[in-house]
Amino acid sequence: MSTHKILRKVLRKKAFYFFSSIGNYIGESAASLEEFVGKIREVNPKSLEFHLYRGDFEKWVDEVLGDIGLAEKIKELRNQKLIGENLQDQLYQAILKRYNELKTGFTQSM
Amino acid sequence: MKIKKQRIALDDLDWKILYALQENARQTYSETGRLLNVAHSTIYERIKKMEEHGVIKKYTTVIDLEKIGIKYLTAVMTIITDPKESENVAEKLSEFDEVLEVYTSLSEELLIIAKVVAKDQGKLHSLIAQSVAPLPGVLRIRTSIITKKHKEGLWVGPNFNAPKNKGGKQIAVER
Repeated sequence: MSTHKILRKVLRKKAFYFFSSIGNYIGESAASLEEFVGKIREVNPKSLEFHLYRGDFEKWVDEVLGDIGLAEKIKELRNQKLIGENLQDQLYQAILKRYNELKTGFTQSM
Repeated sequence: MKIKKQRIALDDLDWKILYALQENARQTYSETGRLLNVAHSTIYERIKKMEEHGVIKKYTTVIDLEKIGIKYLTAVMTIITDPKESENVAEKLSEFDEVLEVYTSLSEELLIIAKVVAKDQGKLHSLIAQSVAPLPGVLRIRTSIITKKHKEGLWVGPNFNAPKNKGGKQIAVER
């Protein structure tokens, strides 16, 4: 998958919708990796725990954005059994790092 | 004006026929007549009149899915919407097979309340995450999974329309 495709904005139907538990949508969504980074820092850590341990994040990053590398990184974090703000920080740092790498590479290639 | 759009007043016998049919819509005119002590021809005429006016909308079948081994869960979704989009959200929701009932309600915010069935929690969540949350105008969703059904009515009981006595209490209608 090219950097351009990973960084693209996806259709509304393919966006990531944040829930706090089964069926409880908290009103936050992300339609691109850039929006995803921002939301990871903003939403309640309970929502992050819900999605991380269901495997929702890695599935969306892999299947919708097409970034297998980031999906693997998120899977590693899942295996560390992190919770709360610690989870939020680690997840945010991992996704931000990947986003910056892609963004830098994309800018340099232009 | 079409006859189905005309309002009609029901008398006591009409109501008794409706209660009887709601209990068992397959009973014959003769059976209903015997139950209510009225000629079967009278029952026929009354039912025909109520069908023509649309008072009786349809005769249906209530299926007990558990009896045929289909396990499912029922949930109630409360959806907070952008008021400009609420009608569209309600219409879209009504198109899903899993959504059985859809209502709009105006409390502090405009709400859509929907009853939904799914085979399990995973399927319920997928439906909401992939099909409901992405609808334009959906702001938040709260879902409650029903754990026990205490009553499920498809019709109003005979006391709903019973005349009130002087003390304001409803008088029960004998069936």
